[in-house]
Amino acid sequence: MAKITMTVNGRQVSGVCEDRTLLVHFIRENLGLTGTHVGCDTSQCGACVVHMDGQSVKSCSILAAQAAGSSVITIEGLAQNGELHPVQAAFKAHHGLQCGFCTPGMVMTAVDMIQRHGSALDEATVRAELEGNICRCTGYHNIVKAILAAAHEMGGARQAAE
Amino acid sequence: MYQTNYHRAASIQEAVQMMGAATEGKYLSGGMTLIPTMRLRLAAPSDLVDLRRIAELKGIAVDGRSVRIGAATTHEEVATSSALRAICPSICGLAGHIGDPAVRHMGTIGGSIANNDPAADYPAAMLALDAVIVTDRREIKAAAFFTGLFETALEEGEIITAVRFDAPAKAAYQKFPNPASRYAMAGVFVARRDNGDVRVGVTGAGSSGVFRHPGLEAALSANWSPDAVANVTVDASDLLTDLHASAAYRANLVRVMTKRAVAAA
Repeated sequence: MAKITMTVNGRQVSGVCEDRTLLVHFIRENLGLTGTHVGCDTSQCGACVVHMDGQSVKSCSILAAQAAGSSVITIEGLAQNGELHPVQAAFKAHHGLQCGFCTPGMVMTAVDMIQRHGSALDEATVRAELEGNICRCTGYHNIVKAILAAAHEMGGARQAAE
Repeated sequence: MYQTNYHRAASIQEAVQMMGAATEGKYLSGGMTLIPTMRLRLAAPSDLVDLRRIAELKGIAVDGRSVRIGAATTHEEVATSSALRAICPSICGLAGHIGDPAVRHMGTIGGSIANNDPAADYPAAMLALDAVIVTDRREIKAAAFFTGLFETALEEGEIITAVRFDAPAKAAYQKFPNPASRYAMAGVFVARRDNGDVRVGVTGAGSSGVFRHPGLEAALSANWSPDAVANVTVDASDLLTDLHASAAYRANLVRVMTKRAVAAA
């Protein structure tokens, strides 16, 4: 057993877990943040995507111990002051989901994608970058629309702020 | 996953000590292969020694045409390195098509090479670029490093610290990904030197893992053009057959990927 300390959604948290505990289980079971999902259990589906030190990672393929000392953002950490993050709002506006199981991972992947590409993001890039996120309901069209709309809006917001 | 003991090393020396104290330890880098393998209970190391935070294993250094990539450099860092892109864009393109973005944020070049998966991308590049694999003990030419399926020349406890190579005049990598797993069913890295020498590294297809193809190299050394490989025979008897593709199909893919790579270089 190990005592793990990390920053999750801006708050320092600690928990005791086995060395073999996966980050996703630490987040869900030790911290009670169940927005991060376990989907395929084979590291392909992306339902478990969170950000670690500013980058998207699959929390089902990382040990909690590996993440000790890191800063982790989960889906619960996106909305600020009761306002949905622009990517969450765009998924809602464009109906980028049906059952919603893959949505937390999709949103976290989308936020990372927009951080790296900005408003220059195009449809081909979005589709290529969704390689590691599987949705079995939507056929992806509305997910892609939502991400492009959010990238556009966030790019516009950045320009307005400058 | 079976029980394991996690250790985080701050230096190469400390990692070696931790491994020495373990009964059946394994080095852990990005873990993008090792952790899923442990979850499937196909691997059960008593101890994991995490190399990911060792500063001396990180970073890309470019000096003229010489390249040194630290073993713990992620695929994302290789894919987006502007210094590397300026002299050897083919290696950036290869790294940018491994797995998916989240995997590329964790997976490392050292981990990929040490694992030597027969469908991994980097080993083909290491052979074609005539790279040197640097470890904490010695330097090993890529040609002597990859010894079979998931087998390398690494000894017990030896750590890859970096890879070194000189950027070629022209190079490119093309792969035919499996539609489901996205691992290469055949991937070909071609590299041409200023003196006209050509090396061709093939991954995903060989029944003993990554290999160079002398016939393709001779044809391309004589005539650097996609058409030059049209009449080269790729012997299917040394290639993999599985439910995804027969050896004969892979033999054809090797030729087609070589053509595409030369056209893209």
